Amino acid sequence: MTRFILRRLLQSGIVLLGVTLVVFLLLQLVPGDPVRVALGTRFDPETYEALRSRAGLDQPLPVQYASYVGQALTGDLGVSFRSGRPVTEIVLERLPATLSLAITAVVFALLVAFPLGVLSALRSGSVFDHAARVFSQFGVSVPDFWMGIMGILLFAGVLGWFPPSGYVALTEDPVGWASHVFLPAVTVGLVTASILTRFIRSSVLEVLAEDYVRTAEAKGLPTRVVVVRHVLRNALIPVVTVVAVQLASLLGGVIVIEVLFAWPGVGRLTYDAVQARDYPVLQGAILLVAALFLLVNLLVDLLYARLDPRIRVR
Amino acid sequence: MTDEAVLSVADLTVTIGTRRGAARAVAGVDWSVRAGQTLALVGESGSGKSMSVLAATGLAPRAARVTGDVRLLGTDLATLSAARRRRMRGRHVGFVFQDPMTSLNPVLTVGRQIGEASEAHLGLTRRAARARAIEMLELVGIPSAAERVDAYPHQLSGGMRQRAVIAMALVCEPDLLIADEPTTALDVTTQAQIVELVADLQRRLGTAVVWISHDLGVVAGLADTVAVMYGGRIVEQGAVDAVFAEPAHPYTAALLAARPDPDANVTELVTIPGTPPSPLELPEGCAFWPRCSVRGDSRCERELPPLVPVAAGHQVRTFYPRQPTGEDR
Repeated sequence: MTRFILRRLLQSGIVLLGVTLVVFLLLQLVPGDPVRVALGTRFDPETYEALRSRAGLDQPLPVQYASYVGQALTGDLGVSFRSGRPVTEIVLERLPATLSLAITAVVFALLVAFPLGVLSALRSGSVFDHAARVFSQFGVSVPDFWMGIMGILLFAGVLGWFPPSGYVALTEDPVGWASHVFLPAVTVGLVTASILTRFIRSSVLEVLAEDYVRTAEAKGLPTRVVVVRHVLRNALIPVVTVVAVQLASLLGGVIVIEVLFAWPGVGRLTYDAVQARDYPVLQGAILLVAALFLLVNLLVDLLYARLDPRIRVR
Repeated sequence: MTDEAVLSVADLTVTIGTRRGAARAVAGVDWSVRAGQTLALVGESGSGKSMSVLAATGLAPRAARVTGDVRLLGTDLATLSAARRRRMRGRHVGFVFQDPMTSLNPVLTVGRQIGEASEAHLGLTRRAARARAIEMLELVGIPSAAERVDAYPHQLSGGMRQRAVIAMALVCEPDLLIADEPTTALDVTTQAQIVELVADLQRRLGTAVVWISHDLGVVAGLADTVAVMYGGRIVEQGAVDAVFAEPAHPYTAALLAARPDPDANVTELVTIPGTPPSPLELPEGCAFWPRCSVRGDSRCERELPPLVPVAAGHQVRTFYPRQPTGEDR
């Protein structure tokens, strides 16, 4: 098991290195000169050159890349062009907002999708099944920003139950955090719930048709035992992957939703960094998202090995 | 014959609703099996042999409509609640299915899968069920059972898995074992071992067996009685020796003639021309008529022949039973 973890960690490291290269090269292709943007109307050739050389932008590309990776290994992702603050600090302070939104959204999605998906598969063709399918079709097709706006109008505007936007840190004021996270989490979570409902439904249906479920029924086991021990144990293995992919993509920040709800997360940061051509911050944000993605995937692989004995032996 | 039957079905009919209309998979079938005896149900794919057994024991697919009289240990199953019917399965009837690769749950140990029926029906604790599973693994001849009990299905060979499935089916010492083509997915040497194992366990436990197969060779050595099915109906039934020695139905005779003879140096296998009828459009008369070598007259095409006795305990559904010649195998 330790060897498995070490190997996966090494693989993740290589992928992360690849990500830095791609991000670095991509940003070279983006038109626009960050130093020029930073200087704006205060532009004069001497300051421009000075700033360029201080940021290392006058060096050849391979040198720039090598020094970027070298510094990144020590946790130094450079300084923001715009604010002059260290990128690592800027990126990390956005993390709690994004983490709390993503996790709340996924928990909400699971609470909705699990019973909906399982029951509609067990009663496929019933009225309940049709209703669940309409719900998930709705969730997948309606754009999340529109749902967000409608949510704000109804729950914040008409009913006044929740604040329309803003963020309070969980550590400072849990109740305030909960009331602020509710609308964005439900908005994002509904989309995720719809995707998961469909996936769980089809996964359970697939397992229900397996021979070993018939075997379990042939043993005369109580329905509850057949469903939990034989159907769900197998049907939920692939669901773990989908939940993880959803979680990982939410950890990358939901840009539209974060902008809509004035949620100071990584998505919002990425958006602002693009606007300002703040390359170091953009690089840092992308790197963080990639690292989170890899971390989630690593956890999924470990979880898989726990859930599926066929993987454990290898 | 029916008075001491473990399982008997009378006028069993199974209709399955499909998009293209109702398919009559089983059309009025009667058979029964007594304690310690083996009934073989023989026929091609789609002849209704498996479906008649699954329907009788409440395992038919949801889309199936089942009518008829099914008695298990003298109890009319129609009078039981769904929950009581379920409790009969596993406790009084054990099942072995065709493919041991797919009929075992891949994420549970074989020991757990063997033991769980005894937890459900005999009220064993999990620990006692595990001990019982080890006993069962020893009974079906799996070496180092105490270690194999914690193995997952993928860690066992095909033959071992089928042994584990048999252990699973017999864990509550049921009165009846239903074996649905249990050797079809196995290689020939393993097949022989599994047949031998079931025959041996049957002698020791006195279990009744319904053996579903299309392999006449297996059936001949194993069964006491045989029912040959075609197009959802029994076309011939009787003691296995009588039916095989003097098949009265042209279909049975053709099936027996189609068996490859290992001694003869044949270059071409004997086949029955044509294909079995679709259960969606069963002919009005004899279902075998389009493929029949006798092909009597238009009566066969229009009128369903009744199941009539040709000898004591030997019945056949044809207007033109073959005369005993003594030259058939």
